[in-house]
Amino acid sequence: MSKKVSREAYEKTRSYKLSQWLHGTKDPFLGEVEMRPQEEYRESEKLLHEYELQHQSIIERAYDVEHNAQVRLFQKFYNIFSVVFCLCLLFILLMGVSYLPQYGHMENPVNNEVPARYIESGLQETGAVNIVTGMILDYRAFDTLGESHVLFLATCTVLILLRRDKKKYQETAEHNDRIYEPKNDVILQTAARVLVPVIEIFGIYVILGGHLGPGGGFSGGAVCGAGLILYLNAFGFAKTERFFTGKTYKCMCFGALACYSLAKTYSFFTGANHIESVIPLGTPGAILSSGLILVLDICVGLVVAGTMYTFYVMFRKGGY
Amino acid sequence: MNLEFVRNFPLFCIILTLFSGPLCMISKGKTAKYINLAVITAVGVMSVFVLAEVCISGGSYVYRMGHFPAPWGNEIRVGPLEAFIAVFFCVVMLLSMVGGAFERKTEMEESKENLYYVMVNLLLSSLIALIYTNDLFTAYVFVEINTISACGMIMIKQNGHTLEAAVRYMIMSLLGSGMLLLGICFLYGLTGHLLMSNIKESVAAIAAAGTYHPPLMVAVGLMCVGLAIKSALFPFHSWLPDAYGYSSISSAAILSSLVSKGYIFLLIKIFYRVIGFDVFYNSRVINLFFVFGIAGMMFGSISAARENNIRRMIAFSSVAQIGYIYMGFGLGTTPGVLASIYHILSHAATKSLLFVAAAGLCECSGGSKELSKLTGAGYRNRMAGVAFTVGALSMIGFPLFSGFISKILFAQAAVNEAGKMLPTLIALAVSTILNVVYFMRAVLIIYTPTGYVSSEDGRDYTRVQMRMHPEKSVVFGCFILLNLALGLVSQPIVELCSRGLGMFS
Repeated sequence: MSKKVSREAYEKTRSYKLSQWLHGTKDPFLGEVEMRPQEEYRESEKLLHEYELQHQSIIERAYDVEHNAQVRLFQKFYNIFSVVFCLCLLFILLMGVSYLPQYGHMENPVNNEVPARYIESGLQETGAVNIVTGMILDYRAFDTLGESHVLFLATCTVLILLRRDKKKYQETAEHNDRIYEPKNDVILQTAARVLVPVIEIFGIYVILGGHLGPGGGFSGGAVCGAGLILYLNAFGFAKTERFFTGKTYKCMCFGALACYSLAKTYSFFTGANHIESVIPLGTPGAILSSGLILVLDICVGLVVAGTMYTFYVMFRKGGY
Repeated sequence: MNLEFVRNFPLFCIILTLFSGPLCMISKGKTAKYINLAVITAVGVMSVFVLAEVCISGGSYVYRMGHFPAPWGNEIRVGPLEAFIAVFFCVVMLLSMVGGAFERKTEMEESKENLYYVMVNLLLSSLIALIYTNDLFTAYVFVEINTISACGMIMIKQNGHTLEAAVRYMIMSLLGSGMLLLGICFLYGLTGHLLMSNIKESVAAIAAAGTYHPPLMVAVGLMCVGLAIKSALFPFHSWLPDAYGYSSISSAAILSSLVSKGYIFLLIKIFYRVIGFDVFYNSRVINLFFVFGIAGMMFGSISAARENNIRRMIAFSSVAQIGYIYMGFGLGTTPGVLASIYHILSHAATKSLLFVAAAGLCECSGGSKELSKLTGAGYRNRMAGVAFTVGALSMIGFPLFSGFISKILFAQAAVNEAGKMLPTLIALAVSTILNVVYFMRAVLIIYTPTGYVSSEDGRDYTRVQMRMHPEKSVVFGCFILLNLALGLVSQPIVELCSRGLGMFS
């Protein structure tokens, strides 16, 4: 039997409150819980001052190496640990090496069909008398393509790090070596007059003869770059910039790398699709021979020479 | 389109990105920016074609680079997994570049802007080459490109923090490169090959014969540790927080989501295609990966929870996520590696989103990165707030989002491993709780109402509306969609990855 309840009594029951809460007519928190928006975090003058002091004292204590036990402990630990680490690494590597096949044996796994083909048919297949050049610029030209981009990239990184915006920095003695130039050092200039042409010609010879004998783009380019650096030291920026500026370097690098990429795209594409390449190999031993190798050597030489010179200029003040 | 012709596309991708580097060098900053965007898009589209080709033909193929067959010349190998990762990396890189475009204007000197795009283009080329390479030495050459360009990307914003971070990164990363090179040298001395498939045959013979066991283990150890240093596995992570925390937004997003993943992908290739999974399994390196992976999950999260700078907090969270990936390797089963691959994808999609969103939140808080100053930032920049929340939920492993799927895959992979099941599950649970602690703290802070927007107290609390950065809103939308896609339609992706992984061995 149900019994009739008055409205007041019903309003006191829990079921009424629940239904109200469910219908949203009554907020259980309203009037019960105090609510206010959270205050924004603010720093008063006093707090800021305190922070400043704390920061100061932290820095003082951090750099007070003499009285800082933690730093000293760390340094001791660091020294000991680095020695132990190096010894362990040394031990592991030496142990590994001692188990390797003995150097120079005929039966070593390194002497397999791969170097055999390089040595036996490298001359006919690449047209280069220098097997090493044939290997790095024809058999495995993709790796060398990456490697020349590594050089280019290294220069770009040094440019990011060391090049100064001319607009941003004033041309003071601190930032510019040019103020003291030309130094007109008689001994240096006379020696450079004799040496630079010889070095440059030797460098060009090494680059151009890369497929005929010892040499190639990497070594020849380094020689050329060294010649440029000597010239710069003897005669100063003003004279060098008559023929070699930052822009020259950029264009040279772009031209060489683009040429390399295009040439190799052609040869990769034809090789992969079994199309006969139209580039003749020529007579081995002649200067114009061995297909693309000569062109690639010149490209690599240009990139390397530019990289060497740019590195040097970037470490001087006032270049580019 | 002719299917045969599509097979040349990986070559075109690599050459195009390499070529665009010097091209950006000689062009002006703005032109270089468009060249960069065009190159990333082109590479992405070409990779989509390659993926379609590989999926239709149902197999992988080897592409000869030049006129000489493989052990003598170079070659690349293209399979479904490689093509898919290439597409995915292009998408993430494009979104990160567009997402950070606004900040980049103020972050770098005008005359050096084009150099930044040189770095990005060559970084992309190295990533693509690392994905496709079938030759260990080619891999090393492109690892070098990867290292130097990443270093340049950290340095482009020039202040004390980034220079120090770049120096640290350079030292640690070169240590890793050196170890990788030493490992490759050891392997070459033992096998006489650099081509992955040939090395694998020789290594299997050596392992079966039992000769040369110590140097083989040294080689495996050196390569694993080298790549672990480069991808910031736990004890080697000290370069990471500063490099990600203070560099420019696009750099941080790309570094955290792509660069470290490129190395990890190379490591997977080395497991399956160079050393062979059985030899690797028996080498006990996996146990090291397992232990350090779990340690990374814990310590990365604890460091993140103690961090007050939002960018550094996200960076420390990367340490934890890299720990997950290595823990998956440490399980030593194919499902474990598959889970790791899925986590590579989900972390790449989420971490770049978090970095870009954090930049949006900082922008409307006077440029401050302190968590306390970000109070209410979610209301001032609604799109970034939503994006950050999505990223945080995905990192925690909330269902619907990508992180959930990878965690489930890890748990499933662990269940089949008797000895490692319990530690894995406990580590997953604890790490999830730690993730909740710091990510939800950040989300709660950015959604704490400040009541009013004040400008009179000297702080520049500008409200950032969506229409102020239309490209950024699009980027956030795409990132969120990417996360949802990885979280909701995971089955085909997992199947694709497992099919590609099956073709590895």
